[in-house]
Amino acid sequence: MGETRKISLSVNGKTYEEEVEVRFTLADFLRQQLGLTGTHLGCEHGVCGACTILLNGRSARSCLMLAVQADGQEITTIEGIAPSEEEMHPLQEAFRDNHGLQCGFCTPGMLTTLIEFLGDNPDPTEQEVREAISGNLCRCTGYQGIVAAALDAAQRLREAKGV
Amino acid sequence: MKPPPFSYHDPSNVGEVISLLGSLENPKLLAGGQSLMPMLNMRYVMPDHVIDLNKVEGLSYIKEDGGTISIGGMTRQRDLEYSDVMKAKCPLMHDALLQVGHRQTRNRGTIGGSLSHLDPAAELPAVCAAHDAVVIVQGPNGEREIPFSEFPLGYMTPATEMDELLTGVKIPAWAEGHGYAFVEFSRRHGDFAITSAAALLEVGSDGGITRASLTVGGVGAAPVRMNDIEQALIGQSGDEERFRELCEACREIDALGDVYASSEYRQHLATVLSRRALVKAYDRATGKA
Repeated sequence: MGETRKISLSVNGKTYEEEVEVRFTLADFLRQQLGLTGTHLGCEHGVCGACTILLNGRSARSCLMLAVQADGQEITTIEGIAPSEEEMHPLQEAFRDNHGLQCGFCTPGMLTTLIEFLGDNPDPTEQEVREAISGNLCRCTGYQGIVAAALDAAQRLREAKGV
Repeated sequence: MKPPPFSYHDPSNVGEVISLLGSLENPKLLAGGQSLMPMLNMRYVMPDHVIDLNKVEGLSYIKEDGGTISIGGMTRQRDLEYSDVMKAKCPLMHDALLQVGHRQTRNRGTIGGSLSHLDPAAELPAVCAAHDAVVIVQGPNGEREIPFSEFPLGYMTPATEMDELLTGVKIPAWAEGHGYAFVEFSRRHGDFAITSAAALLEVGSDGGITRASLTVGGVGAAPVRMNDIEQALIGQSGDEERFRELCEACREIDALGDVYASSEYRQHLATVLSRRALVKAYDRATGKA
């Protein structure tokens, strides 16, 4: 094992204190050290978007960050977006209802990307949704269902807010 | 785990960065990581030391002073995209940023990282070339300013010395109401452009162009300013046919060719995109777009 550091970070609201190898990417750390395998790794060089997580509420590719850089930060992964064990996030519900996932490999990245996007843009056009997920590759090419799910989720989130 | 082994340093101020750069063997600076991290993951680069700039204080800011916008080297692309100052004073950069990677990469990527990486097709170096920006670097002997025209020494090679850090960039704003356009051609939204064009125009009340800047990215080893076209544009009205004739000069650019696009194709794209950028910039300057 190479050089290590002790880090303290919050993942899905839970605080972890861990010793990490400095060359560990955040994605590897989440999956291998914390066992949070919901974050998927496709290309590992920033193209496919499958490993997208939320860093202090903003989407980022966890394969393009070192775990040491997450020291003191708040991370949300796909495991942390549902409000409870029983309830799903409206985006998850919309994905289920609109056939927004086929094999499911890209789904964690799609959802974390869209959570931030819909926060910034609660009433997007279809074109805006397509641009928002342009950094997330779906290997099933199931984009139609994903776009429909995102638009449906946007509406559900607006209704939940009473807009 | 893909990155090669290295020692990790996270200095908190610019002085520490510079002394680390001067004392460590084979170091690499880590800014937003959107280029360096893939290169580490693919082991294109194997540094012995990674110096992380993310905890260095005072490198993230957007300030406006008179006609100049000062931007810190570690300012995230996202913060530039959402900045009211940038939208008002340097709309060309806002136009360009929407085509830089994706939301997830703009949230991390920095202007200093983009300029230092200096990919020939990257948008932010083209904006800096278009605006005659000045790059500020700091080294053991203090600060120095490098005009952007002298910043790229060659393909992906900035004029920063090995013991210097890019701390910021100054962008002279154009007159209020100027026309601007950043247009690019890429296979997919968010990809590096195969070719891009950035235009800035000031137009007089008679409809004649009084000041022009035209930059082509992704064709040469660094962004290319089309000085002859700029001079020929002075006094012109917004006639698209005239723009088309002038932009033919883009076929003369010394062009890169690679597996994605031949040099002839890039030169062709440069003529088309330059014309489109000029038309859009002219329409914006005259309130038609």
